[in-house]
Amino acid sequence: MRITQGTFSYLPDLTTDEIRAQVQYAIDQGWAVAVEFTDDPHPRNVLWEMWGLPMFEISDASAAMHEITACQQAWPDHYIKVSAYDATLGRQTTALSFIVNRPGHEPGFRLDRQEVADRQIRYSLHAYATDRPAGERYASSNGSP
Amino acid sequence: MTGPAPAANGFAMPRPGGGGAAGNPAGGAAGNTAGNSGPDRGEVRAGGAGPAGGAGPAGGGQPLAADAVVELSSQQQALRIAAILSQLDREFVGLAPVKERVREIAALLQVDRLRGRYGLSCARPNLHMCFTGSPGTGKTTLALYMGRLLAELGYLRKGQLVSVTRDDLVGQYVGHTAPKTKEVLKRAMGGVLLIDEAYYLYRPDNERDYGQEAIEILLQFMEAHRDDLVVILAGYANRMEVFFRSNPGMGSRIAHHIDFPDFSLDELMQIADLMLAQQEYRLSPEARDAFREYIGLRMGQPRYANARSIRNAIERLRLRQAGRLVAAGGRVGRDDVIEISAADVRGSRVFSGGAGVASGAGRSGPGPREPVPGSGFGSGS
Repeated sequence: MRITQGTFSYLPDLTTDEIRAQVQYAIDQGWAVAVEFTDDPHPRNVLWEMWGLPMFEISDASAAMHEITACQQAWPDHYIKVSAYDATLGRQTTALSFIVNRPGHEPGFRLDRQEVADRQIRYSLHAYATDRPAGERYASSNGSP
Repeated sequence: MTGPAPAANGFAMPRPGGGGAAGNPAGGAAGNTAGNSGPDRGEVRAGGAGPAGGAGPAGGGQPLAADAVVELSSQQQALRIAAILSQLDREFVGLAPVKERVREIAALLQVDRLRGRYGLSCARPNLHMCFTGSPGTGKTTLALYMGRLLAELGYLRKGQLVSVTRDDLVGQYVGHTAPKTKEVLKRAMGGVLLIDEAYYLYRPDNERDYGQEAIEILLQFMEAHRDDLVVILAGYANRMEVFFRSNPGMGSRIAHHIDFPDFSLDELMQIADLMLAQQEYRLSPEARDAFREYIGLRMGQPRYANARSIRNAIERLRLRQAGRLVAAGGRVGRDDVIEISAADVRGSRVFSGGAGVASGAGRSGPGPREPVPGSGFGSGS
């Protein structure tokens, strides 16, 4: 099941040039670009691991592309997203975030039902990937560096 | 906000080249700007933007048929380059060999671009440079122009100048250097990285010095990101020679070694005139003679730094002029505040053999024989 988190996630995967153009757009808006990665696809998992520090002072997308490529090489089977933080007073939030890398196979989710008091049912999403320990969650990812 | 017009949701796909119009961050420092972002800026963007990286400059312009003939000087891009080059002529006094070299590089890049349009091979030339010369001969200023010129030619996407010294690249403890150097390199990507007094990166007397690590990362980036970054090393010629001898990898990756000659007395006078005109001051005829004499004396004194000494001297002239006017009191007209009198010039300690250590001489930078480590940040070369 294809994860749809962030901007552009209903589109086909962005090509390198498209990512570069988006990143350049974010930089031109004065947003700080950061690269994050995770192997827990749960939609409520919003705090991903940071790949280095956010890039505050870059003026060209090639610097961010360098980091994105490095992250992709280190974690080829993880989800990687690029987020752009708008530090403008009054906004101070993530202005744009989109996935730039995803595992080759995404096993998806199952719905867990839990019976609680008074025959109520609670539902939760369970990602099949998280059955395995962190770092070995996607079949083809055998090497975490 | 000159970026691509966003759609209603604010996250539109930028058109290729739209972002280029956001202005040149480095341009402001050098006074006026010579049209650095035309409407069709997208056309001259670097062709190497593709994922493969090594696409060379073939990206710009429409492809040409094999029998097509192009009027070189009438292309719009050529006109803008000519504008930048003529600005170089106007604002840089002397430096004939330097100008010649810049002209050659501009011509090569222009022809390369044309070759690309004919479908001929045009490997991206190695554009890393080394500027050598005494302090105050215009190395930093030229680096600024280089960034603008290369951006105009489409070899750099932004053309901003990031000027650093050893302190900005080398860390203080194990594991500190690499992130620090990479941070600086990332900031410079899309533009020019000027490393002032680059030879301080290498300290032969201390084999565990972290400078070597910075050099290695630098070399790696210079090779891997040739499309994104132009590195310019600046410093004194003889020390740079030693640096290259001990770091052959660095020397061989730098194609353009440009030597900045010292200014002659006449050229310094021209520079002074240019600076005064920019600041809207004027020397009276007697003051002009006195200032000429002043420069002649100053050239022989320690801590003389070519154009930078002139800049500092003019600062002090302004101080003395203001002091004189205020002390005299009375009525003052427009001409009085513009004109600098001979007395203002003669007031300098240089005339009394004061070794040029007048107020503010501390800013005039290290002399050619006695360079001070790390003092060149921002004002270097």
